[in-house]
Amino acid sequence: MMALTKNQALEPAKQPSSIGMPLLHKVIFLVLLAFLLVLPFMVYPVFAMKVMCFALFAAAFNLLLGFGGLLSFGHAAYFGGASYIAAQAAKVWGFTPELAVLSGTLAAAVLGLVIGALSIRRQGIYFAMVTLAFAQMVYFFALQSDFTGGEDGIQSVPRGDLFGLVSLQDNISLYFFVLVITFGGILMLYRIVHSPFGQVLKAIRENEPRAISLGYQVNRYKLMVFTLSATFAGLAGATKSQVFQLASLTDVHWSMSGEVVLMTLLGGMGTIFGPLVGAAFIVSMQNYLATFGAWVTIIQGFAFVIGVLLFREGIIGVIARIIKRPL
Amino acid sequence: MFELLGIAPQVLMGQLLLGLINGSFYAVLSLGLAVIFGLLNIINFAHGAQYMMGAFVAWMLLNYLGIGYWPALILAPLVVGATGVLLEKLALSRLYKLDHLYGLLLTFGVAVILQGFFRNYYGISGLPYQIPAAMAGGQNLGFMFLPNYRAWIVVASVIVCLGTWFMIEKTRLGAYLRAATENPALVGAFGINVPRMITLTYGFGAALAGFAGVLAAPIYAVNPNMGADMIIVVFAVVVIGGMGSIIGAIITGYGLGLVEGLTRVFYPEGSAVVIFVIMAIVLLVKPEGLFGRAA
Amino acid sequence: MKKALVLGGFVLAAMAASPVLAADINVKLGVLNDRSGVYADLSGEGSVVAARMAVDDFKAVDKGIKVEIISADHQNKPDIASNIARQWYDTDGVDAILDVPTSSAALAVAEITAKAGRVFINSGAASTDLTGAQCQPTTIHWTYDTAALANGTGKAVTEAGGKKWFFLTADYAFGHALERDTTKVVVANGGEVVGSVNVPFPATDFSSFLLQAQGSGANVIGLANAGGDTVNAIKQAAEFGITQAGQQLAALLMFVTDVHALGTQTAQGLNLTEAFYWDQNDATRAWSARFEKLHGSKPTMVQAGVYSGTMHYLRAIEAVGSTDSKKVIASMKANGFDDPLFGKGYVRGDGRAIHDMYLFEVKKPSESTGEWDLYKQISVIKGEDAFLPMMPQCDFTK
Repeated sequence: MMALTKNQALEPAKQPSSIGMPLLHKVIFLVLLAFLLVLPFMVYPVFAMKVMCFALFAAAFNLLLGFGGLLSFGHAAYFGGASYIAAQAAKVWGFTPELAVLSGTLAAAVLGLVIGALSIRRQGIYFAMVTLAFAQMVYFFALQSDFTGGEDGIQSVPRGDLFGLVSLQDNISLYFFVLVITFGGILMLYRIVHSPFGQVLKAIRENEPRAISLGYQVNRYKLMVFTLSATFAGLAGATKSQVFQLASLTDVHWSMSGEVVLMTLLGGMGTIFGPLVGAAFIVSMQNYLATFGAWVTIIQGFAFVIGVLLFREGIIGVIARIIKRPL
Repeated sequence: MFELLGIAPQVLMGQLLLGLINGSFYAVLSLGLAVIFGLLNIINFAHGAQYMMGAFVAWMLLNYLGIGYWPALILAPLVVGATGVLLEKLALSRLYKLDHLYGLLLTFGVAVILQGFFRNYYGISGLPYQIPAAMAGGQNLGFMFLPNYRAWIVVASVIVCLGTWFMIEKTRLGAYLRAATENPALVGAFGINVPRMITLTYGFGAALAGFAGVLAAPIYAVNPNMGADMIIVVFAVVVIGGMGSIIGAIITGYGLGLVEGLTRVFYPEGSAVVIFVIMAIVLLVKPEGLFGRAA
Repeated sequence: MKKALVLGGFVLAAMAASPVLAADINVKLGVLNDRSGVYADLSGEGSVVAARMAVDDFKAVDKGIKVEIISADHQNKPDIASNIARQWYDTDGVDAILDVPTSSAALAVAEITAKAGRVFINSGAASTDLTGAQCQPTTIHWTYDTAALANGTGKAVTEAGGKKWFFLTADYAFGHALERDTTKVVVANGGEVVGSVNVPFPATDFSSFLLQAQGSGANVIGLANAGGDTVNAIKQAAEFGITQAGQQLAALLMFVTDVHALGTQTAQGLNLTEAFYWDQNDATRAWSARFEKLHGSKPTMVQAGVYSGTMHYLRAIEAVGSTDSKKVIASMKANGFDDPLFGKGYVRGDGRAIHDMYLFEVKKPSESTGEWDLYKQISVIKGEDAFLPMMPQCDFTK
């Protein structure tokens, strides 16, 4: 819910900004919203919510990789960390859902700030490895500490009442709660990318020495984008814990960090809509191919290989190239 | 007798020796990864799957063809290396000009496919493989019982590691290889077939993983996931040693085996994470790794 | 048994009221288990095969009961399991979920089942919490649990003189539960626990931990782990001559597929507890032969448990004439079962299926006549002795 209020506050600020949203993007966002409004009546709502949470997660990751040029291999730490805190807040501290999500997000922000401050001093593969190392430590903490419940995770998290008033027991009402958070989150990420701050990021990604010589405090920008990315990843994880009523080790495991890389690349890194498509693709594949049993992993493996060999720009990247518009 | 934190020195000796044995696996595996990264700039995520393949090929040789451990020690790495050559030719060779990330993703996909196939055909619980008769039994060292086969692991890994290091750093072939990574066009101009050399290098790296797999077959469960748990640790070893540094990978492999062994005595729960703690510290203090050249 | 009879009378009266005519009843069963990970061999597709065999053997079609079976892979992850379970109940109209190995996933499914008001017949998971701390009126726990394993292997080994134990415990909730339950049994039988070490999960190299166990002065090394970890630990214990040096291994959870993976050469002499072994009598042999034809390997106790549980569930549906979960579960708890695989037994008020457990010893290579000829039976543990007593608050028949 915080996401919504913040987002509304941002909307008016859009007009004076020199970089308005291009018509194409506006149309896509509107179509997407219209689609999402009817989606829960077409597919199973919990599945749709899962897709949205991962879409936000991938979009947050894309902010760092696609626009900040930093490959983190430890984003599960913020996603999963926030999901633990949110689950704990809702179950043990008795927080209402919006406060639970908020506290999870805040925890991810703090974690991102600390890890980011240490990691951004390194570059390329070394940066990826430092973030992996820290994420492994977060995993270790989640495995060992008492409140996280070991491999059982925190289960039976109550869905609670929004603001203490509106019950979220029902899948549809929860769906709209999740929709507001994730769609709002993605719009905010869009604003960040297209703000002056986003432009500086782009400059740093393209040519870091030049950005430095222009007087930008590059590390400060990097830390900022890292923290923002971690925060939104946390928002996604915290929301997911409310949807599934559960926080588990899966969300902090390194394979989750790998999965988000995959989603982003498959959809198209550095595009606005790519991560959303990538997330939807991967989650659907896991969902609808689940009956194939062991063959799922093989199919997924082939999807990887073919994607890397033939569609390196990702699904949206390819479309963007064909229509010659940034997406 | 003095005691260190309540641990008798005999126990400590035993644990250090075991750490060294485990380090042998890390060394051979991270050596393969380092060779591939150093010369091809590919982060070979399929390394764990290739290690697993080595063990499985050894099992197949025994059960389908009646070929025992010792020939398998040569044959299985050759088979794994050959599949590596094929993979390089068909797929990896298209990625050299791109970011490291794509190589990593491709090999990750390959690893998933390989594991999936072996799981479908051989199941997950694993297959039995006995210690070769010549290596059965063990020696009583006073402070511990050392199985002969474990001693052999250390010997075999040291031979392979030193041999590889010697070949790359001290021979003419190695010199070509190193030159080709610096400037492939120039080396090509001298009439050396650079693409083939690179293909063979990848095959060699994969064969090293297969070799480690055969070494592991008699003592660890031979199952499709045996490499999946290993790969991320071995990555860390390579990074700590310094990406692409051959000698760094070897020394760090043994060294971290020792550190892990000690952790198992003092804080067993932490033995799975200690390597990552070290990796974080090393990267923050000396980012190019312990033995890497400064970028 | 007595309780079941009393309850039987109660529900018989209820049953008389509902017509048991062969109006077409549609039943949808969902087999949710590990199809790609460490438990894929002991549950996986084999459990689906077992469920299908139960439907065939029950002659459901002739009785006007149409059964559809669907299946999915939960990858041993509680979040994936709960996602699938929800979807099955909410949109696919699944009446009962079967199997579900991995305790964390099973606990998640148990709760969702209770909320959805369906039936959960667990065969694959070990946690006693399913019928204890987190018991649900809709949960039926069929095959085994950590307490039964402890009461089997733990008790037998301690009584046979293994008084000083050292545990190698997989460092997660299952491992700790198994250690805790076994410790109780060991102490109750006059043994003591001299130490334990928490091994990160999963692990490949156990030599260091085995050495610690060796130095502890214990005469039994209890392996509170499962799957590949157990296989690795036993393989390496043989290599380091742990057993030759006079220490005994007790594998607290081991399936026939694990023993098969180890081979009798390495595993010989191990004690272990299972609810079912294919070579127990003519009935189990005949059933297992049919299973092997369909699936390619001998059944594990988990797969046999899926068969047995499904059978009992279908019988209850036939008896009450609907898939209404309250009535069906009441009937399952009220009527005992007697099937070729698990013999006579009954389902307690908390959903714990009570049946005999068996203590086996792995044969020597010289005694084994075939690939799957692995066990000889040492003793029978009566169902009442094997499982924990019911917690009063979990008796849902009251």
